Amino acid sequence: MKKTFRMEDLECANCAAKMEKRIAKLSGVNSVSISFLTQTMILDAEDARFEEILGEAARICRKVEPDCRILV
Amino acid sequence: MSGMTGKQRRMLRRILVGALLFAAAALLTAWLPRVLFLIPYLVVGYPVLRRAGENLLHGQVFDENFLMTVATVGAILIGEYPEAVFVMLFYQVGELFESIAVGKSRRSIASLLEIRPDAATVERSGELIEVEPAEVQVGETIVIRPGERVPLDGVVLEGSSSLNTAALTGESLPRDVAAGDPVISGCINESGLLRVRVSRDYAGSTVARILELIEHSAARKARTETFITRFARVYTPAVVAAALVLGIVPPLFSGEWSVWIHRALTFLVISCPCALVISVPLSYFGGMGAASRRGILIKGSNFLETLADCGIAVFDKTGTLTYGTFSVTDVCPAVGDAETLLELAACAECYSEHPVSRAVREAYGKYIDRTRVQNVREIAGQGVTAWVDGRMIAAGNAALMASCGVEYAMPDLDGTVIHVAADGQYLGYLAAADRPKPESGAAIAALRKEGVRHTVMLSGDRLSTAQRIGAELGMDEVYAELLPGDKVAQIEDILKAAGPRERLLYAGDGINDAPVLSRADVGVAMGALGSDAAIEAADVVLMDDDPGKLADAIRIARRTRRIVRQNIVFALGVKFLVLLLGAMGHAGMWLAVFADVGVSVLAILNAMRTMRNHK
Repeated sequence: MKKTFRMEDLECANCAAKMEKRIAKLSGVNSVSISFLTQTMILDAEDARFEEILGEAARICRKVEPDCRILV
Repeated sequence: MSGMTGKQRRMLRRILVGALLFAAAALLTAWLPRVLFLIPYLVVGYPVLRRAGENLLHGQVFDENFLMTVATVGAILIGEYPEAVFVMLFYQVGELFESIAVGKSRRSIASLLEIRPDAATVERSGELIEVEPAEVQVGETIVIRPGERVPLDGVVLEGSSSLNTAALTGESLPRDVAAGDPVISGCINESGLLRVRVSRDYAGSTVARILELIEHSAARKARTETFITRFARVYTPAVVAAALVLGIVPPLFSGEWSVWIHRALTFLVISCPCALVISVPLSYFGGMGAASRRGILIKGSNFLETLADCGIAVFDKTGTLTYGTFSVTDVCPAVGDAETLLELAACAECYSEHPVSRAVREAYGKYIDRTRVQNVREIAGQGVTAWVDGRMIAAGNAALMASCGVEYAMPDLDGTVIHVAADGQYLGYLAAADRPKPESGAAIAALRKEGVRHTVMLSGDRLSTAQRIGAELGMDEVYAELLPGDKVAQIEDILKAAGPRERLLYAGDGINDAPVLSRADVGVAMGALGSDAAIEAADVVLMDDDPGKLADAIRIARRTRRIVRQNIVFALGVKFLVLLLGAMGHAGMWLAVFADVGVSVLAILNAMRTMRNHK
């Protein structure tokens, strides 16, 4: 399943790159792309575990940038 | 200041208060202890310090907040109070500028997405209801008032108007529509009220597809972009390591600890690669934005990068360089006058849907009374026979004449010849041909000016026709009589002869050349407004069918590449220079903070130039 999410308060381009790299390493993630400019994340992951993976991704984002939220 | 978010305004207040306190501390420093500098330091630097602490708890070490904190706290510890405050102050000013500049470019990108329709007015059980475009079903009737945006693709049932397609194609001339004409979502209805039957749901409509394409384009990154991300990952640890070495090794021998620690702290200030990490993707995004305002949709910055290297342009002939429809070019009666010849041919072919027959009817241009025409027989691959006004008319190619036993002339010309005979007597012939678009010649010349070395035309048409059109347009090479499968093989051959860094662009109408579009380095589909297949298969989509837009696309790509290179050279150049000066003790933290945020801001401002939309 491939879904696009808006991100809020993603303020640093380097952080976006870090998040992208770490989320891509999660098991079940086929591909992920975070755009600092459009403030969006395109996540392509296994259908069955999508919610779980999304939660995991949100945790990674908070770790890298505490204010950053994924809007669902 | 207008246009600032609440967060930015709070930041500005913090900076101003901090700057005043800094000035006060600097004046009073003669009488009061230097610890006073800690007040402006904490006022300005609090958000940075807090973040650094939070991130440290999360295990983020090489984060810019943390590095800035270490650098300034280090400066305080070795007694450089004013420098610590200044660095923090300037860092925050830079961050604010950066945030404003990025916000501005985000907004101008968002303006590209303004083609999104807000609502649709739909007729349901005799009433007009305003609903979300996504709620409208195929087959329903919507009403579009003047000034409104067309929310869904459809066909006009009633009314006439002119549509402004500028947001989609960059074309400022409005397009006239009347009952029976298709309308495309995203256009603006300028003058009249239209009733439209919806032909595609919102998700399938042109506007939704374009928006999806723009939003997803960020996922396909240019090589330079991925390179910068990888570089950034190495750069920060490397500079920090260098700082450690600089702060520890030389003083072991010389013993001047505070001098070398100061130099090491200078390194930490420059260790953030932000100038590159922001400005490179921003440049590409700006370039794609400028292109889409001209009706050129590029599916990812990787294709923008490839476009800049295009040295070979291959075109499909029919529908790309030519109109793709026939028109009558010659009427040559052997007996009688031209008007009668055309009339008889048009009557005989009045039921045929063959493109040539349509061209003949169009050339005749008058109403055809079909009661005059009887016993129509269409003979595949030959032509038509019919009774017109009681006479037996045969209209078709040489084979038809031969089978009717008519002696016919053999004109020496390109295009398709339609011979006409009445009751076995030869009347003369019409010739029909596909014509090049008026913009095609200029488009080829413009490509050459943009540095395209070699232009090739592929065609399924006869060699003589293809060669004539190729020569007329100034193509370097022409390959004709190709079947769709042959075109891929032809592209492979051309690619073999290409230079090592030379890329090949293929432009077609996207109807049956999907394999060729995907084989080329950059596949361009033209006139794609409303055609799904083309939007799927191509890397670059031209919303209208003007081949001149190709040269625009290449020019934008080259300009973007130039700006990206400027930024890389400028940012790295300044950083390495300041690192070098810092190591030798010629650059203080004052200069270092400029090399960090100052360079970022300048690089962002430079990157924003790509968005500008001029020649």
